[in-house]
Amino acid sequence: MSFDLGFTTDQTTITDLFNSFFSNESRPEVARAAEPLGFDADLWQKTLALGVAGMAVPEANGGGGASLSDAVIVAEAVGAALAPVPIVEHMVAARTHPITDLVEGAALGTIALTPAADGRWSFVPAGAVADIVIGVDGGDIVAVRSTAPGVAPRNHACQPLAHRSSRDGDRTVIGDASSFERVVAEWKTLTASTLVGIAQRSLDMGVQYVKERHQFGVPVGSFQAVQHGLADIPGLIDGSRILAHKAAWASQPDVAQTIEPEFNEYTDFSVVASMAFLFAGEAAVHATDRSLHFHGGYGFSEEYDIQMYYRRARGWRLIAGDPRNEYVALADKMFGDN
Amino acid sequence: MDFTLSPEAIAYRNLVRSIIADTVTDEAIEDIHRTGTFDLPALNFALAKHGLLERAVPGMGKGDPIELWILFNELEKAGAPYDGIAVSLMIAGVINAVGTDQQKHRIIPSIVSGEAGVCMGYSEPDYGSDVASIVTRAVQDGDQWVINGAKMWTTMAHVAKWLILLTRTDTDLPKHRGLTMFILPMDTPGITVKPVHTMASEHTNATWYDDVCVGDEAVLGEVNGGWRTMTVALAFERGVMGGTNQGVPLLTHFAKWVKQVGLASDPAVKVELAKAAIDMHVSTLLTQRAAWIAASGGLPGLEGSMAKLFATEAYQREVHSFQNVAAQPGLLGFHEDGAAAEGFIDYDARHSPVTTIYGGTSEIQRNNIAERHLGLPRNR
Ligand SMILES: Cc1cc2nc3c(=O)[nH]c(=O)nc-3n(C[C@H](O)[C@H](O)[C@H](O)COP(=O)(O)OP(=O)(O)OC[C@H]3O[C@@H](n4cnc5c(N)ncnc54)[C@H](O)[C@@H]3O)c2cc1C
Repeated sequence: MSFDLGFTTDQTTITDLFNSFFSNESRPEVARAAEPLGFDADLWQKTLALGVAGMAVPEANGGGGASLSDAVIVAEAVGAALAPVPIVEHMVAARTHPITDLVEGAALGTIALTPAADGRWSFVPAGAVADIVIGVDGGDIVAVRSTAPGVAPRNHACQPLAHRSSRDGDRTVIGDASSFERVVAEWKTLTASTLVGIAQRSLDMGVQYVKERHQFGVPVGSFQAVQHGLADIPGLIDGSRILAHKAAWASQPDVAQTIEPEFNEYTDFSVVASMAFLFAGEAAVHATDRSLHFHGGYGFSEEYDIQMYYRRARGWRLIAGDPRNEYVALADKMFGDN
Repeated sequence: MDFTLSPEAIAYRNLVRSIIADTVTDEAIEDIHRTGTFDLPALNFALAKHGLLERAVPGMGKGDPIELWILFNELEKAGAPYDGIAVSLMIAGVINAVGTDQQKHRIIPSIVSGEAGVCMGYSEPDYGSDVASIVTRAVQDGDQWVINGAKMWTTMAHVAKWLILLTRTDTDLPKHRGLTMFILPMDTPGITVKPVHTMASEHTNATWYDDVCVGDEAVLGEVNGGWRTMTVALAFERGVMGGTNQGVPLLTHFAKWVKQVGLASDPAVKVELAKAAIDMHVSTLLTQRAAWIAASGGLPGLEGSMAKLFATEAYQREVHSFQNVAAQPGLLGFHEDGAAAEGFIDYDARHSPVTTIYGGTSEIQRNNIAERHLGLPRNR
């Protein structure tokens, strides 16, 4: 048979391992307690003990040799639990710059999504807690080791964001700026998957709630307006998940990179990663919006978890900037830069 | 997940593409839009000649569901007419699943040779979504069945050789249990066909049945087992047989047009292009998933619902957005001077509304997903 849209046995094991790890160690109270910074140092240590730091780094570089597809699975579990640990950022940083400290997790790494302006990277995800930031400065990719501020501006998504210097600190040039697109594509792929996790868990919570909540003597989930508002979501989530996995698949060196809009065929890694990121972002925004709405007033209260998902669904995607720019860049790749 | 197409699948796809290139000419497409009959015998014969129709009968074991997906996906991306063969092949699949040996021998070869088409008489003037309530009666009289009633939307009835007809055989049993499916030749005495014209030039029909007499050889599946026969058919239809990538030709025409008229550099237009392209790709991935489930031995009824629901609404969003961008030139029809996207915006704006109606409306898909996938209480 041709393609296979299932998981390998290893991947099923990874799914179970991380879901059970987060359901024990990163219950919603943990995400809540980590607000507003959005980082839990204890949880990070426990995550490191699982071997996450170098998991997706090639064995030749001392890592676990897991593929980007495996990392996509981990990222979904992170999103589902809203785990306040920058696993995605660190994994991408370690794959980009596999030095021992990053592979072993002695240092926490992240990437700056946009090039430095005047020696400064703005809104670096996990920038408030990362020891090493990797990003573009001029024509180079540089890795800068400096002291993490440890605090972040209060923000919608409770992300440990910070502006970081691309000059001050222990600075190493590690590559040419032209190859950074691929690094960002990995981040988009994994972040798409965390957004899938957010959307899926939000849908599950919403479905659970409307089955239990009664009004007019019946579960609110028996009203068709409620059912139909939820029924659109599984397709959006599944589409996002398949796209994120397709991006990971497309990142492999032996996959021919094609962009053929007239045949609706795309195997170009940066194109599929961008699609996944944009689509999963919209899906997560929609899923959290509907789920919160169908919680009624309780959804709006701090006590319920759905509001935490609602805020992160928006925040985690906007860290990369105005989505319209992403759509424009994508259209240029697909239809030519006009 | 592995998205690699096997070399055999790629060869198959290339063969389909070359058959399309040979037979789906501009004149053929034009003809189809003029007559409103979305069926092209030259294409059907060419597919049959290469054995592709036979391979495409769902469940017959000659080709896998991945091929079936590739076939219909290529056809719809090319804007080729496939409504006729989609129904015919699906019904061949149903006959293969529940038919008698005699039915299999008599009917399937005529379909897979490209000679005979099948039309579907399920919907009635008063029953569409609630198709299990239909009232066309079949009454046993000796060794004959006598059928009386009326059907609506019997697409292809004016060209098909065979008719698959849903009837009520027992009025005392609960509605789903008193139905029987028949398959009979369209030239059986007592059948009247009258055209129904639609906004999208698509020609469909109203049909009447006056003392139509058939024997037991026409019963498809069990007597009073018509609903089961329906379910088999729906499982195929919602899977992979087209209807989930109809916006691709429009995207191609529109992308070409915005370049020609200098709109392609407008960032707002680029946003709309990219959004439509993503939606189209998600639609195809969801369909591909349904095909993969079928190929792995599952029944992708729910996944097919998700694909259809998403894809048809995405198609409508695309049309709406392109219609706004194209403005006045987008109002112009085929062959009009200055028509945007060669007139396809007008066409797709006329055609797309039906896609969320036929094959189970969006509301019916949502009911299905809410109840069977999300486990919410039944509301009817
Ligand atoms: C061009 C065309 C070709 C067709 N070809 C064929 C064919 O070849 N053979 C055939 O048998 N049929 C065919 N059909 C019929 C098609 O399957 C029906 O139109 C469809 O099932 C909807 O039924 P209806 O039109 O009676 O709408 P109705 O069922 O009357 O629905 C009207 C509206 O009410 C909504 N609604 C209905 N029930 C519910 C519910 N339970 N919950 C929420 N909303 C609901 C619907 O979604 C819809 O928006 C065709 C239709 C068209 C337009």
